[in-house]
Amino acid sequence: MITLNHYLLLSAILFCIGLYGALSKKNAIAILICIELMLNAVNINLVAFTKFLTPGDLTGQIFAIFVIVVAACEIAVGLAIIIAIYRDRSSVDVENLDWLKW
Amino acid sequence: MSFPILSSILLAPVLGILLILFIPQKEDKLIKIVAAIATGLTVLLSLIIYANYDQSIGGLQFVENIPWIDDLGVTYGLGVDGISLPLVLLTALVIFTGVFASWGLEKRVKEFFIFLLALVAGVFGVFLTTDLFFFYLFFEIAVIPMYILIGVWGSTNKEYSAMKLTIYLLVGSAFALIAVIAVYLYTGLGTFDIQTLTQQTYDIGFQKFAFFLLMIGFGFLVPMWPFHTWSPDGHVAAPTAVSMLHAGVLMKLGGYGLIRAGIFIFPEGARFWAPVIGILCIVNVVYGAMVAMSQKDLKFVIGYSSVSHMGYVLLGVASLNTLSISGAVAQMFAHGIMTALFFALVGNVYNKAHTRMIADFGGLAHQMPRIAAGFVIAGLASLGLPGLVNFVAEFAIFVGSFRVYPVLTILAISGIVITAVYVLRVVQNVFFGPRNPKWDELEDVRGIELVPIVILCGVLLFLGFFPSFLMELINNGVDPFVQQYLTTPKVGGMF
Amino acid sequence: MIESIGIKYIWLVPLAPLLAFILITFLFKRFKLLSALTAIFSMVVSLILTLDILRVILTGHEITMNTPVEMAVPWLNMNGLYIEMGALIDPLTAGMLFVVTFISLLIMIYSVGYMHGDPGFSRFFSYLALFVFSMLGLVIANNYFQMFVFWELVGLSSYLLIGFYFYKDSAAQANKKAFITNRVADFGFMIGVIILFLYFGTFNFLELAEGISASSDLAFLTLAGILVFIGPIGKSGQFPLHVWLPDAMEGPTPVSALIHAATMVAAGVFLLARGFILFVSAPATITFIAYLGGFTAFFAATIAITQRDFKRILAFSTLSQLGYMVMAIGLGSLTAGMFHLTTHAFFKALMFLCAGSVIHALHKQDIFEMGGVFKKMKITGTTMIIGGLAIAGIPPFAGFWSKDEILLVAKTNGFTLLYVLASVTAFLTAFYMFRLIFLAFFGEKRSDYHAHESPLTMTIPLMILAVFSIFGGLIGAPFVEHGFSSYVYFGEAHHPQPDYMVMGSSTLIAAAGIFLAWLVYIKKAISAEKIANQFAPLYKFLYNKWYIDEIYQWFFNKVVLSISALLNWCDRNIVDGIAHGIAWVIRTTGAKGRYIHTGSLQTYGLVIFAAVVVIVLFLAGPVVGGVQ
Repeated sequence: MITLNHYLLLSAILFCIGLYGALSKKNAIAILICIELMLNAVNINLVAFTKFLTPGDLTGQIFAIFVIVVAACEIAVGLAIIIAIYRDRSSVDVENLDWLKW
Repeated sequence: MSFPILSSILLAPVLGILLILFIPQKEDKLIKIVAAIATGLTVLLSLIIYANYDQSIGGLQFVENIPWIDDLGVTYGLGVDGISLPLVLLTALVIFTGVFASWGLEKRVKEFFIFLLALVAGVFGVFLTTDLFFFYLFFEIAVIPMYILIGVWGSTNKEYSAMKLTIYLLVGSAFALIAVIAVYLYTGLGTFDIQTLTQQTYDIGFQKFAFFLLMIGFGFLVPMWPFHTWSPDGHVAAPTAVSMLHAGVLMKLGGYGLIRAGIFIFPEGARFWAPVIGILCIVNVVYGAMVAMSQKDLKFVIGYSSVSHMGYVLLGVASLNTLSISGAVAQMFAHGIMTALFFALVGNVYNKAHTRMIADFGGLAHQMPRIAAGFVIAGLASLGLPGLVNFVAEFAIFVGSFRVYPVLTILAISGIVITAVYVLRVVQNVFFGPRNPKWDELEDVRGIELVPIVILCGVLLFLGFFPSFLMELINNGVDPFVQQYLTTPKVGGMF
Repeated sequence: MIESIGIKYIWLVPLAPLLAFILITFLFKRFKLLSALTAIFSMVVSLILTLDILRVILTGHEITMNTPVEMAVPWLNMNGLYIEMGALIDPLTAGMLFVVTFISLLIMIYSVGYMHGDPGFSRFFSYLALFVFSMLGLVIANNYFQMFVFWELVGLSSYLLIGFYFYKDSAAQANKKAFITNRVADFGFMIGVIILFLYFGTFNFLELAEGISASSDLAFLTLAGILVFIGPIGKSGQFPLHVWLPDAMEGPTPVSALIHAATMVAAGVFLLARGFILFVSAPATITFIAYLGGFTAFFAATIAITQRDFKRILAFSTLSQLGYMVMAIGLGSLTAGMFHLTTHAFFKALMFLCAGSVIHALHKQDIFEMGGVFKKMKITGTTMIIGGLAIAGIPPFAGFWSKDEILLVAKTNGFTLLYVLASVTAFLTAFYMFRLIFLAFFGEKRSDYHAHESPLTMTIPLMILAVFSIFGGLIGAPFVEHGFSSYVYFGEAHHPQPDYMVMGSSTLIAAAGIFLAWLVYIKKAISAEKIANQFAPLYKFLYNKWYIDEIYQWFFNKVVLSISALLNWCDRNIVDGIAHGIAWVIRTTGAKGRYIHTGSLQTYGLVIFAAVVVIVLFLAGPVVGGVQ
């Protein structure tokens, strides 16, 4: 029997993988994908909670859809920026993207 | 509801801005004319209010109230009484003459007048509003154009001075803002209306706290020693019209706020802190005058003389009785007119001679007799000669504060001697003495340049000979408050 | 109510010259003759009104010192400050009004000739009119406030007129000095007026007089009296604030005659007379006034004997005579002080106008460069000698009677020291005045000059004043009934009894002074240089005016300016330094703190995540702990 805890565990693992990737990857695209992973971990949480705690209600699913939409927008903007940076620098290595510092 | 005449004063400069926006940059004559008409309108309207203000009733009149943010209790409220009316008239006179004093301006004329009118709209707002929230808002509206005006059109270290001035003023207003919010929350009435707040009674501890904040906050604006250094720097750097407005009107916001929002709302707090103001104001008077004596730049002399003269205002405020506070308000008016005249004259000389160093001049009365005459009149007003309105104001302050602080008042009166020394030294070194052929090409003021000098001298002399027009109105505005909230005249206990 | 145009329209007395000032300044500036005529006409109006007031006082006996007529209009009415502008008419006012209007009229007529051809002709007359307005306003004042206002305004006119030749550095220096010295004095006067107002609640002379006579607070009355007296110390050039008057001679000579000899400097004495009750009710004050006046009289006379400049000698003589007047007031005799003021106004104005006439002709002021002028300028010379005899106190000239009365008061009131001092001063006065006359008008020509008698507009006023200098004293002579003393007095009229001892000795002293001057400067029996060399330190001390100016100069340059420079330095470096210091702290904090921002996205992410963890633990910790 798969309980809520299994979902939460899956989601936590997924989130940690995403977080690790987001903090350690050098490639900007990889970081974006990792952020995507984290968002999906959240989605799993949302859907799972609705399923187990308030069955018959669609709050979690609706939220998940919102998150997906926002994530899509974010990816679109993020990729656009990354492409712009690539055109300028021929590199998307975040180690080198420190122009915002002081 | 009758014709919203106070809103019209506020909107006249705004209307001017809108019109100027649609005039092309190169039509600079037209821009100046529009500015002159807009400000002339404010003079006219303030005079109408002056004539129609009913002294037998007193209190706030021509009131307009429009709720603005209901949830916060913010109301767009306007009204004038005997305290604010002279200052409104002062603002109108100074800006009107200031426009004429900038008649020769050539650099970015359009932007200059837009900012100038924005600044003056803010100043009018401060004096007209009856709501603390708007008081604060209008003050901020006034500060920002000031920064730009000095930074762009100024001279002598202008970026530094503009920055210094803005930061000092904002720091001061931050202190005041804390007090405003504190009193709003403390009463829990959900209103910023000054009259309502004045009628509340406050716990003595809270009064001390709130008045302290206001004292520091408005002390920055007055400027009270040791928060004064922004003002001479600002005066020197600012272009003529802005100097006039700055020294003539903007410094008065502090004194006005201190009276309106400070001592009338927190009389007990005022009584507690009054001796501190009293001592600092003597430092202002004597120290400001002494420092003015060793200045080499004409504008610095006037800048420090303003510091010195605003000390008298503070003395009047600190003495907490009808006569002294009335004198303080009158002194704000008188000093505003006098210092605007000074800056108009010095600005004129600077535009022609391109220097303001006292040592460079000498015998200028030969080439510029009218400027010399105007300068002598302003100087005599500055040293408190009878026949000019400043004397009456200072005399009222002295009589009012003598019974409260005899020693401090004697020190303050000694300020008029020091003032005589530095003013007459400047007059002698700049205007008297043998003709200096170096300045032979300088032309005396004539035509439109005469407008500010004639108007301002006229006001000084007229009210000097007939002070009752000014003093009795102010007295009428101050007296009810003092009778109600400051019935015991004894302050502190230190002197 | 007494029927009199003069009293009914008394406000016109000061306002006529004010109107003239306004008209000249704004309309007639370009028309020289019209300006002069306007000013003169306004003076005629004032003089006629004054004469009418005098007529009422002399014929009727309704208006006396104890039953004055007062009228006033409110000027300012505030809670705690009620000020009136008004007129107080009594014989004192009327006498002073006559002196001021009459001498002003003569001097204006004289100035038409004296100022002829000066580019500032109209300006001169407008200033004169302004001065007369202020002076008359001061004379009719019915309260201390009005007195103070006009007191300052005469100071202003004096400032403008001393600096009339503003293109001369010395004039620009002198008028500043005059104004500032007077300001120092007014500082005391103003405080005095304020404390009187706070104590008695009024500025009005009559109400104050009632209050003062009812008051027994001696300490307060002494303090107030001395503070108010500081005003006259400045305006009437008493020691130590006399320094401005000799320098004030930089102004045109008619100005010196009118303002710095006859009228304005006498305003201090007038104030002492007007507020007499205040001073007389405190013994310490009145004694102080007497001794200060006596000392000033002596002090100025010693300086006068060494000076070389025609006008400066007269200026020091004015100081000395003012000292006499102040002393007379201090001795408790208002009558003697005002009497001497009146006669002095005539003969000193006369002598200054003579000086003007000589300077106008010679363009020289040093008496050692003159000599023999009498031959060329007979009228001027004769009138000058009349003036000299009057001031020296030779009977029956005006100065004799008034000076005699002062000596008499000193003697009868028991001030022996002052009596002796005044007698010595009388000797010095006779000596220096005839030194001046002998050196300038007699002997041989000592330098190259071209002299001619002055035009009629100048000599006629001289002759009129000479007549007054001869006979003017008779109004107060002891054998004249209903003379000066039965009109101008304090308390009760006190008719002076002639004391032939005093009269005789003072005449002898004056004659001795003149004789000594004759020996030294005409007969050359005694060499002036030799004496000067023998007493070189004393001579230098006197010639340099007791070094008072140098002390003040040193004080101002070294002390005041140093303090000023020090404070300026503090302002720039300490007050502003603290502000800059705060700015520096903030800027430095920012400069160092910015290194936290590495710009690396992943560091930021890590920090954010760590922060979230901490916050969650912080929030969740208690909950988890509570749930176990």
